[in-house]
Amino acid sequence: MARSLIDIREFSVEELQELIDTANDIIARPQAYAECCRGKKLATLFFEPSTRTRLSFEAAMYELGGNVIGFSEAQSSSASKGESVADTARVISCYADIIAMRHPKEGAPLVAAMNASIPVINAGDGGHNHPTQTLTDLLTISREKGRLDHLTVGICGDLKFGRTVHSLIAALSRYTGNRFILISPEELKLPSYVKKEILKEKGIPYVQTTDLETVMPELDILYMTRVQRERFFNEEDYLRLKDSFILTPDKLKNAKEELCIMHPLPRVNEISVAIDDDKRACYFKQALYGKYIRMALILKLLKEAGTL
Amino acid sequence: MNIDSIQNGIVIDHITAGRGMKLYELLELSKLDCSVAIIKNVHSEKLGKKDIIKIDADIPINLDVLGYVDPGVSVNTIRGGVLVEKKKIDMPETLTNVIFCKNPRCICSVEQEIKHVFLLRDRKNKIYRCLYCETKAT
Repeated sequence: MARSLIDIREFSVEELQELIDTANDIIARPQAYAECCRGKKLATLFFEPSTRTRLSFEAAMYELGGNVIGFSEAQSSSASKGESVADTARVISCYADIIAMRHPKEGAPLVAAMNASIPVINAGDGGHNHPTQTLTDLLTISREKGRLDHLTVGICGDLKFGRTVHSLIAALSRYTGNRFILISPEELKLPSYVKKEILKEKGIPYVQTTDLETVMPELDILYMTRVQRERFFNEEDYLRLKDSFILTPDKLKNAKEELCIMHPLPRVNEISVAIDDDKRACYFKQALYGKYIRMALILKLLKEAGTL
Repeated sequence: MNIDSIQNGIVIDHITAGRGMKLYELLELSKLDCSVAIIKNVHSEKLGKKDIIKIDADIPINLDVLGYVDPGVSVNTIRGGVLVEKKKIDMPETLTNVIFCKNPRCICSVEQEIKHVFLLRDRKNKIYRCLYCETKAT
């Protein structure tokens, strides 16, 4: 079984730094990497719609000189005929060198990795994990703040279902001196098991609040999230909570000059477009960095598999 | 009360009082043709009261079930009327097809013939989580 990336916790802090270093080198010297994956194929198996993650993976592989095959919705795959994830992974292993998989069911990429003979990258499994988003976030913070430690990180919005949030907290908890301010409506608070198993167990300071403006002056990073319709079984709950927190220029008046505003995107209305031109808005840069960190990840996994 | 001693078989001892029937069901002992005795509320120096199951046949026992339901039980193997092996059963690190994931969002809910695997994540609080979706076993 080739090494895959299913959960961000599978990579050590040293390996995360190695990926960040590679991504920074790609940004500095893109031409040096333009032919690295010539003749190699990435299979993008997207059983759930996604624009930026899929295109980011595809752009990453193309910029490494490789090719891309795959599908962008379950209806155009054999899953619509009832094929299992395990069989899909075995078959695609015959055609590609590495897989990026998104699936609405939690754990599906792990099942793929257990059955594939090539590396599998989890590109999002329901509300569970999204490790390449976390890698993107770490590269963004590293580049924008110059460090990954001793930061006050505000996370705002849907902290219950937001998979990026859980992974980001788990990842940043491994660096010293970080503290979290968790801003959400009562119904979308961080699940107690995340608090218990990550924050309390490691003694990491955190505060829960429903008031974004009060905590704004403390923040080094403000990570906004979208309330996701697809994570709710009940449409009424979604409609009631979707506009809980909207970031406007007015709310930023007490924020630090060096604040870094992040968002995994897509944005609906939780960040006013009036903030896009603020120098503290980092979310479009974040999308760009996502491509570079995925390039670094593809290189690392293909090298470890002996394919490069 | 007298229960005949067995010549070849298994004695599951030190079962927490009241859990004997549950283990009987989970181990599917009703399917056996041999004699099976469940002795409830036996006096125990250590536990106060305990249950015991005696199986009059040397059959394979799913130790993972025992360790999950009632860690601390002992499994004694008897051959020719003599105790030949005594095992203390602890919580297993992995449970395969012993309990089943109930999360409708988990891949287990749709994937054909997938093994339901739970991993021991917190021994002190006896917390198992699904390998695939990390949902806590209840």
